[in-house]
Amino acid sequence: MIVIIDYNVGNVKSVLNACKRIGLEAIISRDEEEIKKAKGIILPGVGSFAVAMENLKKYGLVEILNDRKENNIPIIGICLGMQILFEKGFEVEECKGLGYLKGNVDMIKTTEKLPHMGWNQLYFNRQNQILKNIKELEDVYFVHSFMADFNNENVIAYTEYGGMKIPAIVGMDNVIGCQFHPEKSGEVGERILKAWKEIVEC
Amino acid sequence: MLRKRIIPCLDIKNGKVVKGINFVGLTDIGDPVDYAKMYELQCADEIVFLDITASYEERAIIKDIIEKGANELRIPLTVGGGIRTLNDFREILKSGADKVSINSAAVKNPELITEASKEFGAQCVVVAIDGKRDEEGNFKVFVKGGRENTGLDLVEWAKKCEELGAGEILLTSMDADGTKKGYDIEMTKRVVENVNIPVIASGGCGSIQDIVQVFKETNCDAALVASLFHYKEATIDEVKEELEKNDISVRRINK
Repeated sequence: MIVIIDYNVGNVKSVLNACKRIGLEAIISRDEEEIKKAKGIILPGVGSFAVAMENLKKYGLVEILNDRKENNIPIIGICLGMQILFEKGFEVEECKGLGYLKGNVDMIKTTEKLPHMGWNQLYFNRQNQILKNIKELEDVYFVHSFMADFNNENVIAYTEYGGMKIPAIVGMDNVIGCQFHPEKSGEVGERILKAWKEIVEC
Repeated sequence: MLRKRIIPCLDIKNGKVVKGINFVGLTDIGDPVDYAKMYELQCADEIVFLDITASYEERAIIKDIIEKGANELRIPLTVGGGIRTLNDFREILKSGADKVSINSAAVKNPELITEASKEFGAQCVVVAIDGKRDEEGNFKVFVKGGRENTGLDLVEWAKKCEELGAGEILLTSMDADGTKKGYDIEMTKRVVENVNIPVIASGGCGSIQDIVQVFKETNCDAALVASLFHYKEATIDEVKEELEKNDISVRRINK
């Protein structure tokens, strides 16, 4: 069983539906006991960096997540849930993130339209188990205006937009983040979630 | 490269998909979720459900459909029709929609765009704009299915929507809608060139070539398609194949 963290940052039901479809048993919760029992943790989220961090603190989830991270439990952040895995965010104002991954999150610097919305292709940067079911250049669904710094040591896959290389899958040790929405990325997204399921189950 | 999107739009009344609202004599043609799933498998990039149900009691039906749709679909789902308040927004999103589209409510109460954008994020706020030429040929914003001229200038209103926090614009040409003579290139261009958020072109699609044309001649991000698919005059795969032949970047499945 895994836990989808419930911290009031948008609709998390689609993540739950996606888990169900691949046979990954999941619950939506912010209960400490449930989180401590979980074999894996999904950190979802849409909205703003500062609100997400504030909510995590308000529900006492930061310490629990830190503890789970230290205990080597697989954690995957999706979209905003990926961004707060980094050290700092600059949406509205500077705000500290969870700091599991090195780097900051800032506005995409481009003259192209924002949000970066729609299907875009993945380019691989580093080998990782999370890529095992997909091929380079497959499409996933993005919707965001902020991006993580391109830090070679934690970028697993990236996409290109407005002349920028945008980190799309990031990770270090037991922590993974997806800037796009695997739960909305059709069959490709499903294969990515299945790879994470295997990481959780091994 | 960011792909151009093909978005089938399903008009829903009493829980059933009906033929386009501008056609006389509504006939239901099937279950919306079945249709949406079929389109997903044909490589639709997103789905739009437009609730054209009039009465309040029937709102429960649409929520049920959204819930089923969200369960089945693995691509983004936008829901529009009759959304007036922040609470309507909340309920539609809670049912499982990814984006909510608002039309006349935004004209009546522009702050709704800002409030929704603040509370749920700009990415889920789609402002639907119905544009039409007035007697002098100026592009104006119309409501009530193109019957009422609001007097608002189309481009000014689109820019204002962006400023207020809209994440995307769904632009329907009421001149072209239902004609099947092609998208309104001039209108689409006018809006696309004046905003910096994604624009979905809508109204007038009657053939695969119409879709090719709107992507070739304007920088719109997506094309909304209804009857062409519902009447099985073309499949999404066929559309995408033709777009690829014309060097327009689209997402393909297993290709």
